[in-house]
Amino acid sequence: MSKLHVTTSVNGDEREFLCGPGETLLDVLRDELDMTGTKEGCGSGDCGACTIMLDGEMVCSCLVMAAEAQGRVIGTIEGVAEGSELHPVQRTFLDHAALQCGFCTPGFIVAAKALLDRNPDPTETEVRYWLAGNLCRCTGYDKIIRAVMDAAAELRQERTPA
Amino acid sequence: MNAPEKKDSFRLVGTRPVRPDGVEKVTGKAVFGPDYKAANMLQGAILRSPHPHARIRSVDTKKAAALPGVKAIVTGDDFPNLEDAVVQMGEAAGNIADLARNCMAVGKVLYEGHALAAVAATSEAIAQEALGLIDVDYEVLPHVTGILDAMREDAPLLYEDNFTKGLDEKPEKPSNVSMRIQQTQGDTEAALKSAAATVTARYTMPPVHQGYIEPHACVVTWKADGKLDVWCSSQGAFNVRSLVATILNVEMGHVRVMPLEIGGGFGGKTTIYLEPVAALLSKKAGRPVRLTMDRADVFRASGPAPGAVVDVSLGADAEGKLVAADVEFRYSAGTSPGNETHAGLISSVGHYRIANFRVTGWEVLSNMPKHAAYRAPGAPQVNFALESALNDLAAKLGIDPLDMRIKNAVVPGDMTMHGTPYGEIGLLECLEAAKAHPHYSASLGPNQGRGIACSYWVNYGGPSTASVAIGEDGSVMVIEGNPDIGGSRASMAIMAAETLGIDYDNVTVTIADTGSVGYSMLTGGSRTTFATGKAVIEAAQTVIDIMRARAAKLWGCSVDDVAWSDGEARCTGGEKAGETLSIGNIAAKADSTGGPISAESSVNPNDFLPGFAVHICDVDVDPETGHASIGRYTAFQDVGRAIHPSYVEGQMQGGAVQGIGWALNEAYLYNEDGKLDNPGFLDYRMPVASDLPMIDAVMIEKPNPAHPYGVKGVGEVPIVPPLATVAHAVSNATGSPMRDLPLTPDRIYGLMQSKA
Ligand code: FES
Ligand code: FES
Repeated sequence: MSKLHVTTSVNGDEREFLCGPGETLLDVLRDELDMTGTKEGCGSGDCGACTIMLDGEMVCSCLVMAAEAQGRVIGTIEGVAEGSELHPVQRTFLDHAALQCGFCTPGFIVAAKALLDRNPDPTETEVRYWLAGNLCRCTGYDKIIRAVMDAAAELRQERTPA
Repeated sequence: MNAPEKKDSFRLVGTRPVRPDGVEKVTGKAVFGPDYKAANMLQGAILRSPHPHARIRSVDTKKAAALPGVKAIVTGDDFPNLEDAVVQMGEAAGNIADLARNCMAVGKVLYEGHALAAVAATSEAIAQEALGLIDVDYEVLPHVTGILDAMREDAPLLYEDNFTKGLDEKPEKPSNVSMRIQQTQGDTEAALKSAAATVTARYTMPPVHQGYIEPHACVVTWKADGKLDVWCSSQGAFNVRSLVATILNVEMGHVRVMPLEIGGGFGGKTTIYLEPVAALLSKKAGRPVRLTMDRADVFRASGPAPGAVVDVSLGADAEGKLVAADVEFRYSAGTSPGNETHAGLISSVGHYRIANFRVTGWEVLSNMPKHAAYRAPGAPQVNFALESALNDLAAKLGIDPLDMRIKNAVVPGDMTMHGTPYGEIGLLECLEAAKAHPHYSASLGPNQGRGIACSYWVNYGGPSTASVAIGEDGSVMVIEGNPDIGGSRASMAIMAAETLGIDYDNVTVTIADTGSVGYSMLTGGSRTTFATGKAVIEAAQTVIDIMRARAAKLWGCSVDDVAWSDGEARCTGGEKAGETLSIGNIAAKADSTGGPISAESSVNPNDFLPGFAVHICDVDVDPETGHASIGRYTAFQDVGRAIHPSYVEGQMQGGAVQGIGWALNEAYLYNEDGKLDNPGFLDYRMPVASDLPMIDAVMIEKPNPAHPYGVKGVGEVPIVPPLATVAHAVSNATGSPMRDLPLTPDRIYGLMQSKA
């Protein structure tokens, strides 16, 4: 089976890889590029553990073929913090104890950041519907929703000119 | 003087610091089960049965073996022959031969998805291709999945040699019923006859899955020296070690299990599926082998919790005092016996004072995967039936359902069903807090209903080991063996720092592998913060004693003249009275005072106390569609003392939502062909964020006097009450009793129509 050569940008770095025509972007991220922060919970688009950004859109990487990444811009959980500086949503997840096992957490954080990037002032209902594609079996969502609302408030503060 | 034992005020207990492993987990760096890779690793794949029940006439692997890149193939024949041996598996005692046959079928496949062969190859694609080249000759057999169907006399049998245990006489014919258990007190029949009011009804629910988001995965290497290294996420590395060693017939010390971060378990990762298979593949291939399940494998082949059919008759006097309960429950178990039926029995009526009861449990085998523990395993099913009946009885008598429970609740000194008196329990406090809470008296709109229920879970103690070591610079390391499934590193660090009198941030917690710390039972039974916490506190106290002795040496005084407070030694007598030495000072001079400072403590406490929970739920039922949505939810729980309240609330909220899913949506749906119709998250519908309101968690702190910081277990009991709570709310919203779960819109709509 001949492999496809793909050049793409991941968290700002140019990356190249070879992939089979049937491989998903999730497989390549985890197995070829060793970026295991993006998780696989289902492989069918139903859990959101594999959430990444592709050209600025939130997608399930298990539903994207690896070859489709050619020339595109990918953002993963590994790129959410700036160096050792956590993104506010990462910090509020910690402060609110919004993770128990932490397996769903990367997907939630990427999705929550995507929401806050486009809507800095979401209602609780908007947060709940935006995150409805992400399954968490541990927390019952309460603390996750609070963490995201809190991060939104913090980001609004930052954005308000003094 | 040294440890702050049984103090009422604490520096750190009850605070909410950031968990030690938090940053790794919010940045995607934490290494979970499926994330681990070993050098030169092969990828394995498992062939699973498409039939729910079939004899394996032959498995031909020749073509698969010839495929380039295939390095090893394993079938049931490669497993050592095992005498039946019962191993201690914590929440679920299992028969080791059953467990081995569940990892890989021998002779027969017993459910759709049952593993029967495995391949290791240089890539996943080659391994998958090789599976397609394995020829299996099946003799398909009749199958059975439903509980009542499996109990019928003419049901297809899983085993010709299964005779029901626990009957007065050994049955003449084999059946699918593995066990019957019963406990009685007083004269139930007579008491029911003379009761002022009675209710009798049947309640049913299908099996449900634990639903952890991380699928099972492992890497195993069987090294040339005969020793094995295993990397996997589980609820207990020591448990994995003992099961793997026993199944493969190797010495326990030759198996080293490295615990990876665990992406949820809820009881479902108290057993093993892949590790022995990967081990045998690795032995043949001479390279490390990784095995992973996909989501459909997880649903088809890993542990659901029992489905149930429960009959209840309940009687009370005119004042609402319960006089008798007759409970007969039947639990599914899948292909082999488990522990849920026993647990169902002791969780059935023990939270009320009832003079007369008869509780009978039946365990029923069928062509479903071998069941596994799920959070308070065995309790929610029987509790759903009992609490629902109690709500009906209260309505019949015109008594408020919370008052009905307050009249009957057990208090300290009353007897548990397993024969010891209750200690410092807080059931009554939970009920009274619920009654006084504004939620209970808030008004309801049209098509809305409110429900309540109450529950009990026994909890556990069990063996644990922890060590505390002081670094050369005075930093403090806690080393323990219980996987951190929901923030337990934080609670260990709090308890260690509280005991030592130092800052939380000065403590590092490591979850060690089985070669690096003494034995601990698995994380389960709501035991870790309680039992492993005791080991941590004890080890920290011993380290304090060592440091006092070292300080005495440095000061040249008697150890009796050295006190420990605020994280330092204080000289209280002699020439150096008033001087202090910090942990760092003592550590820096450790070499001249006796060497490194550390202590290991092993405990096996049985002075744990049970958990109690009372839940209140409001639902909105759409009369057009029958769809029920949760409008408001409040959970009350006797938590002992909360070491890290956020993670205690998290247990309450998460458990409540799993229970809500069980009540409203979740079900294993087997079709007529014995195949699972919904082996994916789209059709096995777990609650998502938009289904839910905030879950109000009200902690009732009634400390356990047997724990230095008052800990009771908190993780399991919150899943128990939601089933009856939600059903009660829907019943009140619609005026129709809800006795069969899940309460899907079509079911609710049908019941509303038949009433109208
Ligand atoms: S793994 Fe992609 S949505 Fe679940
Ligand atoms: S924290 Fe475990 S699945 Fe979300």
